[in-house]
Amino acid sequence: MDYSQFGAMLPELIILGLFLIVFLFDTFCGEGQKKMLTPFTTILFGLATVAIWLIPSSGEAIFGGMYVDDTACKAMKAILNIGVFIVFLQSAKWTESDEVAIRKGEFYELILVTLFGMYLMISARHFLLFIIGLESASLPLAALVAFNKKHYESHEAAVKYILTAVFSSAILMAGLSYIYALSGGSLYFGDIAEAIASGSRSGLLIVGLAFLIAGIGFKLSLVPFHLWTADVYQGAPTAITSYLSVVSKGAAAYAFFIIFVQVFGAVYSDLWEWMMYAVIILTITVGNLFAMRQKNMKRFMAFSSISQAGYIMLGVMAGNFGLASMMFYIFVYIVSNLGAFAVISAIENKTGKLSMDDYDGLHKTNPWLSFAMTLAMFSLAGIPPFAGFFSKILIFTSVTSTGSMALYMLVLIALINTIISLYYYLLVVKAIWIKPGDAKVEAFRSSTGERIAIWLCVAGIVFFGLVPYIYDYCYDAVKTAYGLLI
Amino acid sequence: MGITLPILILAIPFTMFLVLGIGGVKMPRKVAGVIGILANASLLAICYTVAFRYFFSGDTQFIVDGVRQQLQVFDVTWLAFTERLVVKIGFLLDPICAMMLVVISTISFMVHLYSWGYMEHEPGFQRYYAFLALFTFSMLGLVVATNIFQMYIFWELVGVSSFLLIGFFYKLPSAVSASKKAFIVTRFADLGMLLGILVLTFYFPTFNFIDITHNTGNVLASTGGATFLGASVLTWALVLIFTGGMGKSAMMPLHIWLPDAMEGPTPVSALIHAATMVVAGVYLVARMFPLYLVEEASLQFITWVGAITAFYAAVVACCQIDIKRILAFSTISQIAFMMVSLGVARPDIHEGLGYMASMFHLFTHAMFKALLFLGAGALIHAVHSNNYTAMGGLRKYMPITHWTFLIGCLAIAGIWPFSGFFSKDEMLSAMFSYSPFWGYWMTMVAGLTAFYMFRMYFLVFWWEENPHYKEHKPHDAPWQMSVPLLILAAVSCVAGFIPFGHFVTWNGEPYDIHINGQVAATSLTVAIIAIAFAGWLYWKKNDKPSLMRQALPALWTAAHRRFYWDEIYLFVTRKIIFGGICKGIAWFDRHVIDATMDAFASMTQFLSVKIKGMQSGSVQTYVVWYFLGALVLAAITWICIL
Repeated sequence: MDYSQFGAMLPELIILGLFLIVFLFDTFCGEGQKKMLTPFTTILFGLATVAIWLIPSSGEAIFGGMYVDDTACKAMKAILNIGVFIVFLQSAKWTESDEVAIRKGEFYELILVTLFGMYLMISARHFLLFIIGLESASLPLAALVAFNKKHYESHEAAVKYILTAVFSSAILMAGLSYIYALSGGSLYFGDIAEAIASGSRSGLLIVGLAFLIAGIGFKLSLVPFHLWTADVYQGAPTAITSYLSVVSKGAAAYAFFIIFVQVFGAVYSDLWEWMMYAVIILTITVGNLFAMRQKNMKRFMAFSSISQAGYIMLGVMAGNFGLASMMFYIFVYIVSNLGAFAVISAIENKTGKLSMDDYDGLHKTNPWLSFAMTLAMFSLAGIPPFAGFFSKILIFTSVTSTGSMALYMLVLIALINTIISLYYYLLVVKAIWIKPGDAKVEAFRSSTGERIAIWLCVAGIVFFGLVPYIYDYCYDAVKTAYGLLI
Repeated sequence: MGITLPILILAIPFTMFLVLGIGGVKMPRKVAGVIGILANASLLAICYTVAFRYFFSGDTQFIVDGVRQQLQVFDVTWLAFTERLVVKIGFLLDPICAMMLVVISTISFMVHLYSWGYMEHEPGFQRYYAFLALFTFSMLGLVVATNIFQMYIFWELVGVSSFLLIGFFYKLPSAVSASKKAFIVTRFADLGMLLGILVLTFYFPTFNFIDITHNTGNVLASTGGATFLGASVLTWALVLIFTGGMGKSAMMPLHIWLPDAMEGPTPVSALIHAATMVVAGVYLVARMFPLYLVEEASLQFITWVGAITAFYAAVVACCQIDIKRILAFSTISQIAFMMVSLGVARPDIHEGLGYMASMFHLFTHAMFKALLFLGAGALIHAVHSNNYTAMGGLRKYMPITHWTFLIGCLAIAGIWPFSGFFSKDEMLSAMFSYSPFWGYWMTMVAGLTAFYMFRMYFLVFWWEENPHYKEHKPHDAPWQMSVPLLILAAVSCVAGFIPFGHFVTWNGEPYDIHINGQVAATSLTVAIIAIAFAGWLYWKKNDKPSLMRQALPALWTAAHRRFYWDEIYLFVTRKIIFGGICKGIAWFDRHVIDATMDAFASMTQFLSVKIKGMQSGSVQTYVVWYFLGALVLAAITWICIL
C-alpha cells in the first residue's frame, strides 16, 4: 500500500491531528492548565479553519477511488469548519460551568471526531467509507446529547437519539444491500452508477432508493424521518443542539447530493426526483406547521431547522448549479441559525430561561442581543437585504433554471411556505420589540466567546448576501470540481 | 490606473457613514464634525488626484490620439442570476465622471465645512454628518456606475439620503411632509425609469453603459422595429428612463417636491438640491447620450420638457417671498436649461456643442448655485427667517456675504467675466444653431433669470433696513461658513476661462470654445436690461412693486402659488385616486385578499393542531412513522412507475 496517499487527505489529517493534540493536552495537563483548554482548542481550531480554507485541494482520488478531495468537497469542509468554530465560541462559557468544566475535554474531542466523520461522508466515493463516516458522525453525537448527565431530559434525548439512529442505520444498510445486489457486487459510486444506468428499473431499486433517502433523511431530519428532532434538540445541551442543527445537517446534505446525483443521476427523472419532490414538500410544510405552535425556543428552532432542511434539499433537484446554491444556502443557514442559537444560549447560560414568553420586551434590557436575534430571524425568513434572502433567491433560481414545470410548482410551494415561516419568525421579533410589559430577562453582559460568535454571525448575515465572495467561492469550487453548472 | 484610489473614493464616505452612524451617539459633536471634515478632505484629495490623472497624465489608457477614452477601472460580478441577467458593480472613468468627481467632492467638502458652523447648535449633529456621508457615498456611486442597474441602485440610495436629510428636523411637521413628498414623487418617477431599464434590457440584454452606447446600431436592431402606441419601443424605453431623470431633476410636472425640499437644512439644499443630486437627471441623459441620438423623438421630448420647465420655473421664481424657494425655482430653471441644451445637441451641429455646453453649465452652475445657497444660509443664520421681508439693507452688516452673493448673482445672470456667462453663451449658441425659436425662447428665460436673481439681491441687500436690526444686529457668519463662500466665489469668477471643451465632449474629441459674438451680445444685453429693470424696481423702498402687483393681481397670485400645481396634485391624489379609484381597491383588498389570507391562516392553524399527535414523545411511534414513511414512499413510487 502506498502510504503517501494519506497526503491527499490533508483536511482529515488536520482535524485528526487537532483531535490528538486536544486529547493529549486534556489527559496529561495539570489541574492548573485545564483552564487553558477552551481558548487553546478554540484558537487552534480557528487556525485549522483558516488552513483548510486556504490549502488547495489535491483533487486526487485515492485508495482506489474510495476517497476524493476535490475543490467542492474542500469548500464544503471549510464551510462546516466555520460552523464548528462559531459553536466553539458560543459554548466557551458553557464549558466553564461547574457541571461541565471537568468534562469539557470530552466535549471538544467528541465534536472533533464527529467532524472527522462528516469529512469522510463528504469525501467518500464508496459506500463502506460513507457508512464509516456516517456512524462516526452519529454515535459520538449520542454521547454529546447526553452531556448534561445530571439532567433527565438530556438522558431521554440521548436514548431517543440512539434508538432512532440505530434504526435508521439499519434501514440505510438494508437499502444499501439491495443496491449492492443490483450493482453486481460493488459499492463504488462509479460502479453502481454504471450498473444502474444499464439495468432495469426494478422494485428492488425503488425500495433501495427509498431506504437510502430514509437513512440519510434521518440525519437531515426530513419529514417523515424527523420525529426525533424536536425531543433531542430540546433535551440536548444548547451547544450540541446548535451543532446538530447546522453542521451535521450541512454534511449530510452534501453527501446526499453526491450520492443521489453522482450515483443515481441516471434514474433521477423517473425515480427519486418524485420521491424527493414529495419529501421536500412534506418537510417544508410540516416543519412550518409545527414551528408555529412552539413556545420553547429550542423546540421552535428544531422545527424551523426541519423546514430549512427542506429548502436546502431543493438544491438536490437542480444539478451542479443547485449544488453551488445549496452550499451557499448552508453557509448562510449556518451563520443565521448559529446567530439565533448564540443569543438563545447566552440567555440560557445567564438566566436559564428558554421560553419564547421570556423574550418579551428583551430590547429594553439587552438591545444588542435583541438586534442580533432580529437579524438572525430576518435572515432565516429570507427578508432582503440579509444573506438569507440571497441564499433563498439563488436556490430558487437554480431550481427554476432547470425549466421543468413541476419544479416551478415546487418553488411556488416553497414560496408559500416562506410566507408561513415569516409568521413564526416574526413572532420572536414581535416578542422582543413589540409586546408590552417589562422585560423578563435582566440586563447582562454576555461572555467574550458569545460576543465574538454573535458578531461573526451578524457580519455574515449582513455582508455575505450583498458581497458575493462566499457564493463565488462555492460557485468556482463546484465549477472546478464538476464542470459546467447548468 | 490601479483600483486602490477608485475603491477608496467609495470606501471613505461609506466608512464615515458607518462610523458616524453607529458610533456618533457616543462622540462629542466636535469630534464627529472633525472626523467628517477630515475624511472629506482626504476624499477631496483622492477625487482630485483621479480626475487630474485622467485629464492630464496623457496615459494611453485615458487618451488615445487626443480622444479621451472610457475606462472601466474594475467591474465585478455582483449577482449572476442567469447568463443574460448579470448585475455588476464597477467604476467607470470617463470625462463626465471625472468632472462629476471634482464637483461632488468640492461641494461636499464645502458643505461639510460650512455645516460645522451652520449646524453647530442643532441636536443630532452627528446624525447629520452621517447622513451627509451616506449621500456623498451614494452620489459618487451613481456617477461612477458602469452599468444602468448599478446606477439605479445608487439612484435610489441618493433618494433615500435626500429623504433623510430633508426630514432632518423630524420634529417639524412641514419637514416631515416635505421629505415624504420628495421621496414619493421621485420614487414614482423611478418606477418609470425601472420600466425603461427593463424594456431596454429585454431587447438588448446588457446593463453595461459602454456596450449600450458603443453599439447603438445593435440596440436599435435588437428591438426589431417593434413599436408601441405609435412610437418605437426604443423611444419608449429612453423616455421612460428619462422619467426617472425628470423626477430627480425636478422637471415639470414632477417638479413639485423640490421647492418643499427646502425644509431641509440649508447646506443640504446647497449640496443635494442645487449642485449634485438634482443634476443626476442631466447626468443620466449625458451618460446614455449616444443612445438618445438614435431616437430623435426622445431628444425632442427632452427639449420640450426642459424648455417649458425652464420658463415656468423662471416665472414662478419672480413671485416668491422665501429666498430659498426663489433659489429652488432658479435651480429647476437652470437644470431645465441644461436639459434643453442636451436636447438640441447633435453631432452635426458644431460637433455636439450642446452636450459640452450642458456639462459646462452643470459644472459652473454647481459652483455658483452652491455659493448662492450657502450665502442664503448665512443670511438665514443672521436674521432667523427665510423671507426677504425680514431682510433688506444687509450689505452694511454682512459684507462678505454681500460680495460673494453678488458674484453668485452675476454669474447666474450670465455677466462677463463670471463663469455663468461662458457656459450659458455656449448653451445659447447651441440652441440658436439648432433652431432660432428655442434660441430666443431660452434667451428670454435667461433674461428672467437675471431679473429674479437681482430682484432677490436688491430686496435682501438694498431696499430698506429692517427695523428688527436694532434689537438683533445681523453680522457675518463664522469662518467655517465664510471660507466656503469665498472659495466658491473665487471659483465662480474664474471657472469660465477653463477650456472646458478640451476636457468634456460627447465623443471625447477636443472642441475649441469660441464665443459667438452675436449670441453673447444678445444675451448680455437682455441680462443687463433685466438687471437694470430689477434695480429700478427694488433699489430703494418704493411702491412701484406693489402697484405692479395690484395691476395684475390674478397673475401674481397664480405665480406666487406656483400656478396651483400642488393643488392639482392634491385634487388628483385625494379626490380622484384616494376618493374614487382606491375605494374599490380597498374593498377588494379587505374582502377578497385579506379574506383569502385569513382563510389560509386559519387552515394552517387547523392543520397544525390536527397533526399534533404525530409528535407524541414516544420513540416507538417515531420508529413506526419512520418505517412506514420509507415504505409508503417506495410503494407509491412503485405503483406510479411500474
